[in-house]
Order: sequence, then structure tokens, then C-alpha cells
Amino acid sequence: MTENLLILLLLVMLIVIAVAVHRLRSLFAAAMLFGLFSLVAALAYVLLDAVDVALTEAAVGAGISTILMLSTLALTHQRTEARHRRHLAALCTVIFTGAVLLWATTDMPGFADPESPVHQHLAPYFLQESASDIGIPNAVTSILASYRGYDTLGEVVVVFTAGVAVLGLLGGRRSSGRQRREED
Amino acid sequence: MQHDLILRIAAKLLIPMIMLYALYVQFHGDYGPGGGFQAGVIFAVSIFLYALVFGLPAAMRVFSPTLVQALAAAGVLLYAGVGVVSMISGGNFLDYGALNPGDRALGEHIGVLLIELGVGITVAAVMIMLFYLFASPIDADDSGGH
Repeated sequence: MTENLLILLLLVMLIVIAVAVHRLRSLFAAAMLFGLFSLVAALAYVLLDAVDVALTEAAVGAGISTILMLSTLALTHQRTEARHRRHLAALCTVIFTGAVLLWATTDMPGFADPESPVHQHLAPYFLQESASDIGIPNAVTSILASYRGYDTLGEVVVVFTAGVAVLGLLGGRRSSGRQRREED
Repeated sequence: MQHDLILRIAAKLLIPMIMLYALYVQFHGDYGPGGGFQAGVIFAVSIFLYALVFGLPAAMRVFSPTLVQALAAAGVLLYAGVGVVSMISGGNFLDYGALNPGDRALGEHIGVLLIELGVGITVAAVMIMLFYLFASPIDADDSGGH
């Protein structure tokens, strides 16, 4: 019960931070709040016993992303321009989509319902057999690295490709900077 | 930031601990939370901290951009290589059990350790590479001052 209340509190905090990020004009403060957003999300994951996801969220969302956003800020402006115009059509679309999504959640199984389809299909096999199949106690690692080894290979290739793409976009500028330094 | 004594000492104390924690997350991922993705990111953060406190050129002397690019590719190669080796050993692609036919569970364990290492190397290298690319011009301006 207290755990559910805590999760609810964290979710409310997430909404508050998201609204604050939207309203802030200072990009530096927005970047810092994004880091805070990830940290609060990581706390919620810990309460939901998803420690692997929490660790990833804390390291990637709160750590790396914030640093990368801040270093990107150094390349651009520190503030966004204030926008005064309000788009009524956009507001209606957002409200309509949100209402449909909320309505759709009524069809979803209850929170932490052991009878829900996702807990009936493959999950029992993974939880019961992965330790003897793979010889690793952490079922998350077993699924990620062995049962779903193809997916993880794909993810690593995606990370690699993203790195190569950024290198292609910004790499030339870096080497020209280095040349300038050598000329000095 | 390069003359701030307290920051430099604190960073010097923190960086080895962050690196050690990254290695723990990497190799203890089989037993607790963690794995290659998280470990790679945490390891990259230690290099970020080093670059922020001691300057980008100092970090680039430790991990040169060329080395980082090579490591990014090497991790993917290690991952896919484990898959190819398990094919040569008579299994399917990424069927780690084939690595050790006598005890398939042990083969799986070895395979998982190796591919997680590949993931960690690629993620750490790509993150460091991104940081170098984004941070370079800022530091080029700084180094013009002295």
C-alpha cells in the first residue's frame, strides 16, 4: 500500500517536472530537469522491482544524456524564444488522443495482475528454467544476452551505427578544430 | 576548471572508483542488476569526468579518438564473433551452448560473459566518441587562452 502511494507520488512528480521542462525558457535548467526526470523515473523502477531498468535509466537518462545535452547547449543558444501563439487545433488533437489512450487503458489487465497474458505466456518458463538452461541466476541477463541474443546484437549495432552517424556529421568539424590548434 | 585543486583531488579519488564500479556492474551482471549497457555507460562517465576536470586533450591522450573508434567496432565484432564461433562449433548463430558441448550451461555462461563484454566495450567507446565530438569545439576555444 505504501509502495503504491510512493509510486503514485513519483508519477505525480514526473508530470510536474515534465510541465516545468515545457514551461522553462532556459535550456540549461531544462536539461538539468530532464536529468531529474530520469532520476525520479529510476526511483519508480526500483519500487517496481525492475532494478536493471532502474540502473540503465539512472546511468543513461540522468548521467550520459544530461552531459550530452549540456555539451550540445554549448554549441547552440542557451534560451528558447518565447512562443505566444496558441494552436487550438493542436490542443484539440492532443486532448482527443489523450482521451482515447486513457479510454484504451480500461481494457488493460490490472496493475501487477498475475493472471494477465504477459505473465502467462513465456515468463513462467524463463523464471523457472533459465537458471538451469544458462547457469546464470539473473533471469534478466539470461533473457537479454541468450534467449534474446539476436535482439541485443541488433541493439549494439544500433548504438554503433548511431556513433558512426554522429562521427560522420560532426567528425569533419573536429578534425578542422584540431588543425587550427596545430597551426597555433 | 583546470586550476581548481579541490575538484581535481575529488575527481582523482572518484574516477578509479567509478571505473571499478563499472567493472563490477559488467562482470556481476550475471548475478545482480547490470550488464554491458550499464557498465559501458558508467565507464564512459569516468572518462567524461576526467575530461571535464583535466581538459579534453588530457582525456584524448588516455583514450585517443582513433582508439575509441576502433574499440566501438571491436565490441560489435566480439559479439558477432562469439556467434560465428558457436556456428563453427556446430551450433546455430549465437547458440552459446555449442561453445562447450560437454556442459551446455557452462558454454551459455561463457557466451553471455563474452557478449556482455562486447556490449560494454561498444557502448563505452561510442559514448566517449559522442562526448569527444560534442565537446571538442568548446575545448578548442579554451585551449586558445593559454
